[in-house]
Amino acid sequence: MIKLQPRREPSALMVYLSPVLAGLLTLITGAILFTALGYNPLTALHTFLIAPLQDSQGVSEWLVKASPILLCAIGLAVAYRANIWNIGAEGQLLMGALVGSAVALQFPDSESKAVLVLVLICGILAGMFWAGIAAYLKTQFNTNEILTTIMLNYIALNLLQYAVHGPLKDPEGYSFPESAAFSAGATLPTLMEDGRVHIGFGLALIAVLLVWFLVSKSFLGFQMKVMGMEAKAAKFAGYPEKRLTWLVLMISGGLAGLAGVCEVTGPIGQLIPNVSPGYGYAAIIVAFLGRLHPIGILAASLLMALIYMGGELAQIKLSTPAALTSLFQGMLLFYLLACDVLIRYRFIKTKPTTLSQGAN
Amino acid sequence: MDFDLNMLSNLLYAMVRTGTPLLLVALGEMVCEKSGVLNLGQEGMMLMGAVAGFITAYATGNLFIGVLLAMLMGILMSLLFGFIAITLNANQVATGLALTIFGIGLSAFIGASYVGQPIKGFEPINVAGLSDTPIIGKMLFGQDLLVYLSFIIFLGVYWFFRWSRPGLIVKAVGENPHAAEAVGLPVIRTRYLAVMFGGAMAGLAGAYLSLAYTPMWAENMSAGRGWIALALVVFASWQTGRILLGAYLFGLMSILHLVVQGLGFNVSPNLLGSMPYIATIVVLVFLSMNQKRIKLYAPISLGKPFHRSR
Repeated sequence: MIKLQPRREPSALMVYLSPVLAGLLTLITGAILFTALGYNPLTALHTFLIAPLQDSQGVSEWLVKASPILLCAIGLAVAYRANIWNIGAEGQLLMGALVGSAVALQFPDSESKAVLVLVLICGILAGMFWAGIAAYLKTQFNTNEILTTIMLNYIALNLLQYAVHGPLKDPEGYSFPESAAFSAGATLPTLMEDGRVHIGFGLALIAVLLVWFLVSKSFLGFQMKVMGMEAKAAKFAGYPEKRLTWLVLMISGGLAGLAGVCEVTGPIGQLIPNVSPGYGYAAIIVAFLGRLHPIGILAASLLMALIYMGGELAQIKLSTPAALTSLFQGMLLFYLLACDVLIRYRFIKTKPTTLSQGAN
Repeated sequence: MDFDLNMLSNLLYAMVRTGTPLLLVALGEMVCEKSGVLNLGQEGMMLMGAVAGFITAYATGNLFIGVLLAMLMGILMSLLFGFIAITLNANQVATGLALTIFGIGLSAFIGASYVGQPIKGFEPINVAGLSDTPIIGKMLFGQDLLVYLSFIIFLGVYWFFRWSRPGLIVKAVGENPHAAEAVGLPVIRTRYLAVMFGGAMAGLAGAYLSLAYTPMWAENMSAGRGWIALALVVFASWQTGRILLGAYLFGLMSILHLVVQGLGFNVSPNLLGSMPYIATIVVLVFLSMNQKRIKLYAPISLGKPFHRSR
C-alpha cells in the first residue's frame, strides 16, 4: 500500500521539477492520444512542437503569440502572489483591445506615432479600469474576486461583440463585423524586417524585468508575498491590505489591457470579434507553470505559444480538431497540480498490516 | 387582456426552463460545499455532460441513455477533481479551475464533428391536460421530462438536509471534519460522495442544455452558467429553498432581452446578453456587504483540505 506522507519541509527540488514532470506527462499522454486517433505519434509531436519553429518566419510568429500570453501571465503572477485570484485577464485584455481600438479609429489618417502612445495608454487604462471594478468591490464590500472577474470576462466579450457589430463597425466593410483598419500612426512598429514580431514583445520583456524587480527586490513585493502567504500576519504587521489589493489588480489589469491593445495595433491591425483565442485563460496556466516567477513565466509562455502554433499547424497538416490546443492546456495544468503534491508530500510504502486501517 | 395573460404564462414557462440548468448545478454544488469542498469545475463538468449526452443520444437515438451517460461523465470528471483535491489535498480553487479549463478543451475536442448536427430533443409534456390552466399551467404542467426531474431532485435534496441522517453527516463533515472523524464518520468517503453528486448534477444540467433546452451541441454552450450557479449557492446562503428561488430569478434575468424585444424596444442583443452576468455581480455585492451573514451560513471548513489525524 502506497501512502502520502507530509514532508517536514517543502521540497525545493520538486518546486522546479514538477513543471518539467507535468510537461513530460502531457507529452506522453499526447503521444498516446495521437496513436489512439490513428496518427503516427512521432510525426504528430514533431508537427506540434518542432515544425512550427523551423524558419525565421516561424520564430517571429512564435514571439508574436507569446507576447500577449506573457503580458497577461506576468500580471496574474503578481496578483496570485498576493493571493488575489484574478481570473479576469481575458476580459481585461478584451477591454484593452476595445478601448484602444475606439481611440485608434478617431485618427483614421494619422502618421504620427504620438497617436500610438495615446492608444497604448488608453488600452492599459481600460484594462486597469476593468480590473479596478473587481478591486473596488473586493476592498469595499469583500466581494469574491474570482466570481466578479469571471463575470466581467463575459460582460467584456458582450461589449466587444456589441462594438464590432455596432458603433465601431467599418461603414465601408460590407456586412463584416469588423472595424476599419488602423492608420499607420496607430500601428505598432515591427522589430525585424521580415516577420510580424512587434514592439509588444519588447514591452513584455520590460514588464518581466520590472515585475522581477518588484517581487524580488522591493519591500512592496515582500508585503504582497506576506499577504499571500498569511493574511493575518500581514494585518498584524500593519501592511495596507486594501492598497495592496488595489495595486496587484491594477498591475495585472494594466498588463492584460496592454496585451489586448498590442494585439489590435500589432498583428491584427483592426478590431475583430475574436481578438483572443483565450490568451487570458491560458495565462492562468502559464502563471502556475512558471511558478509565479518572472523567469519561469517567460519560459512557460514560450511553451504555451508553441502549443498554440503547433495546434494550428497540426490542424492544417494533419486536420486534427482545433480544440486540441485547449485540451493540451487543460491537461498540462492538471498534471502540474498533481505533481505539485510532491512538493509537500512524499510517497511511502506502508506495511500490509495497516492496510485495513488505511483503506477505511 | 387575454393576450397579456398569455404572455405572462409564456414568460413564467421560459423562466423555469432557463432556470432549470442553474437549479441543477447549484443543487449539486450546494451539497458539495455542505461537505466542505469547493468545486469551481462546474462549467467543465457541465460541458462534458452536454457533449457526452449529445453524442450518445445522437448515436443511439435514445435520449434517456444520453442523459445517463451525461451524468456518468459528470461523475467521472468530479472523481478527477476529487482525486486531486481530496486524496492528494491540492488547492481546491486551482484544481476546480483546472477542471473547467480541461473540460472546455476536452468537450470541444470530443464534440468537434458534432457541431451543428440536428437531433430531436425532449418535447414538452402536457401533464394531465393541466397545461392550459391560466398563467401557471404552462410553467408547472407543460414542461419537458428533465424539468420535472429537476423538481423531484429539488424535493429530494430538501428532504435530505431537513430530515435524513446522511444529510446530517454531510453537514457535520463540512462544519467540522475533525470532530466528525472523531465520532467515527467517514469524512473522505462523504466528501467523495458529495463531490460525485455535484458531478452527476452538472452532467445532468449539461444534458438538459444539449438535449432539451437547445437540442444541439456547440462549443462552450454552457456560457458561464456553471459560474453563475456558484454565485447562486452563495446567494441562497446554502439553503435549498432559496436555491430554487434564485435559479428562477436568474432564469428570468437571462430571458429579459426577449421580454424587452417583445415589448417593442430596440436594444442590442449583445448588451442585453450581459444582463445575467451584471445581475450576478450586483447580487454578489449586496450579499457580501453583510459578511456576518455569509460567515453564519457558509460551511466552516469550506475549501480547506482535510488531513487525517492519526
